[in-house]
Amino acid sequence: MAQLTLEKLNKRYGDAAQVIKAIDLQVNSGEFVVIVGPSGCGKSTLLRMIAGLEDISGGNMYIDGTRVNDDTPSERGIGMVFQSYALYPHMSVYENMAFGLQLAKLPKDEIARRVEASARILQLEPLLQRRPKDLSGGQRQRVAIGRAIAREPKLFLFDEPLSNLDAALRVQMRMEIAALHRRLKSTIIYVTHDQVEAMTLAQRIVVLNRGNVEQVGTPLELYDHPANEFVAQFIGSPKMNLMPATLVHAGQTESVVRLWSGKELVIPIATPTSAEGTKVKLGIRPEHIEWGSVAEAPNLADVLFVEHMGNETYHYLDSGKLGEPWVVRDSRRSDIAAGDTVGYSLPPEHCHLFDESGQAFARRAVANGASRLPGMDAPPITFAEPARTNVMH
Amino acid sequence: MKLTRQQRELGKKFWIYLTALVVSVICVFPFYNAVLTSLRTGQELFLTNYLPTTFHWENYVSALGENGVGRSLLNSFLVASITVGICLLVSITAAFALARVRFRGRKYILFTILCVSMFPQVAVLSGMFELVRFMGLYDSIGSLILSYTTFSLPFTVWVLTTFMRSLPVELEEAAIVDGANLWVIITKVFAPIMGPSLVTTGLLAFIGAWNEFMFALTFIISNENRTVPVAIGMLQGASQYELPWGHIMAASVVVTIPIIALVLIFQKRIVSGLTAGAVKG
Amino acid sequence: MTHNSESLLPSAAVAPPPTASAPGRKRSLQQRRARAAWVLVAPALILLFAVAGWPLLRTVFYSFTDAAMDTPEDYNFVGFANYLDFAEGESFGVLADPLWWQAVGNTLWFTACSVSLELFFGMLLALLMNEKFRGQGLVRAAILVPWAIPTIVTAKMWGWMFHDQYGVINDLLQRVGAIAAPLAWIAEPDLSMWAVVIADVWKTVPFMALMLLAALQMIPSDLYEAARVDGATAWQRFRRITLPLIMPAMIVALIFRVMDALRVFDLIYVLTSNSEATISISGYAREQMVSFQEMGVGSAASVLVFMMVAGIAACFLWINRFSHEGKEARE
Ligand SMILES: Nc1ncnc2c1ncn2[C@@H]1O[C@H](COP(=O)(O)OP(=O)(O)O)[C@@H](O)[C@H]1O
Ligand SMILES: [Mg+2]
Repeated sequence: MAQLTLEKLNKRYGDAAQVIKAIDLQVNSGEFVVIVGPSGCGKSTLLRMIAGLEDISGGNMYIDGTRVNDDTPSERGIGMVFQSYALYPHMSVYENMAFGLQLAKLPKDEIARRVEASARILQLEPLLQRRPKDLSGGQRQRVAIGRAIAREPKLFLFDEPLSNLDAALRVQMRMEIAALHRRLKSTIIYVTHDQVEAMTLAQRIVVLNRGNVEQVGTPLELYDHPANEFVAQFIGSPKMNLMPATLVHAGQTESVVRLWSGKELVIPIATPTSAEGTKVKLGIRPEHIEWGSVAEAPNLADVLFVEHMGNETYHYLDSGKLGEPWVVRDSRRSDIAAGDTVGYSLPPEHCHLFDESGQAFARRAVANGASRLPGMDAPPITFAEPARTNVMH
Repeated sequence: MKLTRQQRELGKKFWIYLTALVVSVICVFPFYNAVLTSLRTGQELFLTNYLPTTFHWENYVSALGENGVGRSLLNSFLVASITVGICLLVSITAAFALARVRFRGRKYILFTILCVSMFPQVAVLSGMFELVRFMGLYDSIGSLILSYTTFSLPFTVWVLTTFMRSLPVELEEAAIVDGANLWVIITKVFAPIMGPSLVTTGLLAFIGAWNEFMFALTFIISNENRTVPVAIGMLQGASQYELPWGHIMAASVVVTIPIIALVLIFQKRIVSGLTAGAVKG
Repeated sequence: MTHNSESLLPSAAVAPPPTASAPGRKRSLQQRRARAAWVLVAPALILLFAVAGWPLLRTVFYSFTDAAMDTPEDYNFVGFANYLDFAEGESFGVLADPLWWQAVGNTLWFTACSVSLELFFGMLLALLMNEKFRGQGLVRAAILVPWAIPTIVTAKMWGWMFHDQYGVINDLLQRVGAIAAPLAWIAEPDLSMWAVVIADVWKTVPFMALMLLAALQMIPSDLYEAARVDGATAWQRFRRITLPLIMPAMIVALIFRVMDALRVFDLIYVLTSNSEATISISGYAREQMVSFQEMGVGSAASVLVFMMVAGIAACFLWINRFSHEGKEARE
């Protein structure tokens, strides 16, 4: 377990544009942090800089208070799991896990003890003599994790470890990784482009976009209080609806916005007077839009099409010339069909407001349990030990 | 009348099989003809006949013994294997650096190596002659090991570099995380994985060295140090105008069969090696 | 699992103070690797310089001397006399030697003929091997045979087949009635170059075919299916899909073969005994050097060979780049 501190960490490749831009981040000892972002945003680069596989162009990095910018990966005491597993094809599972320990010149019995211990944790014992090519994808991934565990690293780094697995296996491995963290209580930094993985695994999520940290927070903080449009739309599926509006009246506790349709809405979000009259965006998650009768509801729209998922239903409403249709999620089945006209309302307590530059106006704390996490399709994780929620506040 | 789909398929099949047959015959016939000739003696040699008539092994006996082709086989084998061994040893580290490490000058080195591999051999002939004499290697197989390195080394470096490039980067990074230094990565991780590629590259370089003629012709004068190509090229009969075709063909068959066997056994690898060598970097 | 005991306690949440890094800063991973890379390539580079760079330099050096092969230590500088010299109204040197120009002509002719024939037959063969048919493995093995046979053996085998009295080529041609009387393939100056070209094409078509085949096999088959759906004929599919897609591989194979053909020596030396009608530039240079013991003149010829090959290679690279740029500009 170790604490990791990044100070204005920078990366540029030659004269190309900066890939990582002055990132500040603190990862506490024993914490499970997930770095999430669209592909190409620099997640792997950041992780490889932390690992010591990529040079740091600027800034400082500390592990447990020691500056490690120029340390080798093994000096940093990290263990890494790669997307493509990167198992040594010519070595058995045992040799794969022992390789690093042999290089560290550990005594033979200590190596055997550690390899067996990590094999036991990951249920790899029957496979120890096999070659990687004789293993299934999930088994290979477990060996890759086992190889990292055997090193007893201060810091575990995972680079999209599940993206080569099929959907069912991915859910299973996700649970195993969560259980592993509870068991080892080690510091883990986990990179993924999949927000569901991030929401389910992380204690804290770092949202990365074009080499910038957009927001850091617990999964529910990000869901309930996205700091900006990017996070609002990246976290949650289907993504948050954004509607153009004008801030007609700013206030300390409530603000009034005029929607594109001309309707005015009082929202319990504080806005500065200086923002009065500016264009803003009103955000609302698909599950928060409420149906109303056509006669009484404040807003009307035509239904473009309806997707029945079985356990829930997505409705796509015509947003006119505003571009993408609004999405309404209903946890019940509905008999609304494409072509229908529906009435709906936007509950003010569930609305988000973003200024012209995309930054959010801070919302008040939302009532606990007011929102459900979409995409948390995994059942509560039960493993050898009593289940605890893996999301801590 | 329009042909049915089936008839067209049939017609195509016919042409394919016909071409395949013609191609195979053309490819194999000269060698077949050499085998036939090598089994004939005396007047029989001069009667063109496309089927085996007699089986005389005398040609083989005299080619291998009297003409010293047996001795040359050993020389060729020694020269080719030592050259290939040295080249592989030196090029595996170089190929690793060229394929795996970003460093300034890498492109220039690769370009130079490619250029050297396309050198006309005659361009270094007199300089190499001086070097060979200076090192006291004239008329010994050492001179050939030295001179064959000229074309074998760039070839092995180039092909191994292409092979190394195709290995996943993450494998090396996993080793770095495991605490391996470059030397360990090369010897413990890459070399074992590269085994098949090393065999392929070595084989191709071996064939190249086995077939070399110009240096062997120039730097070796004594019969007993000759390599196979020179021994065959220099086979003389009783008189200058009467070439001992039976002996020549017997010797040709003897030196060719091991190579053909190797090539056929390692067919797939050789093809991949040839293509790897030609893929532009 | 044991863990580092020191980190068992939850560490302070505040940012740790930067520990003063040692004055002699460690090099970064990239820098260390780059340095190590030079160490790793050094043996190969040194060896390469010793066996290629140095001899090449010495060859250039000797081309300006009048050294003889048996006593290379004894030499005088003669400037460019080995290349071209004028004395008493006559010109001397390699460039004034009609045989040199004959050799240049021979080599270019040989290269052009054999490489274009190889390209044609290699393409046919590659297209054939790209089809699926029974016995494919056998054909693939068969076409590897010519490639595997040593050049000298090729020369001898074909020399025997081209024999004017007992060779099977004349025999076959007479049987089918293509010729009335046996031809002197090797001795006849007009025919001997063709004999060389035929033997060379036979030996090197497999290489070309394998290169092109590898390129062909990279073309995804749904491209052909799409074209077929669009109604393209077989020829159109070849012209519009196959050819453009294998063009890069074809050019590379072509460069390799041209470079190889330009330095031809052994085939001609053995098949036609370096006769004037077929002598190549490499053969010419070696003849000056070894047969006439004229190390200086031979070196000069070698340098000219080198410059010619390098020049043609540079042209190829230049054309290649030029066509690439042209393509980009059009897009
Ligand atoms: N070696 C490199 N040289 C130049 N640019 C690179 C290099 N490696 C990655 N990049 C660029 O850095 C950006 C981030 O890459 P990466 O960290 O792999 O993204 P991801 O978030 O998908 O893991 C990409 O735009 C990529 O093009
Ligand atoms: Mg990535």
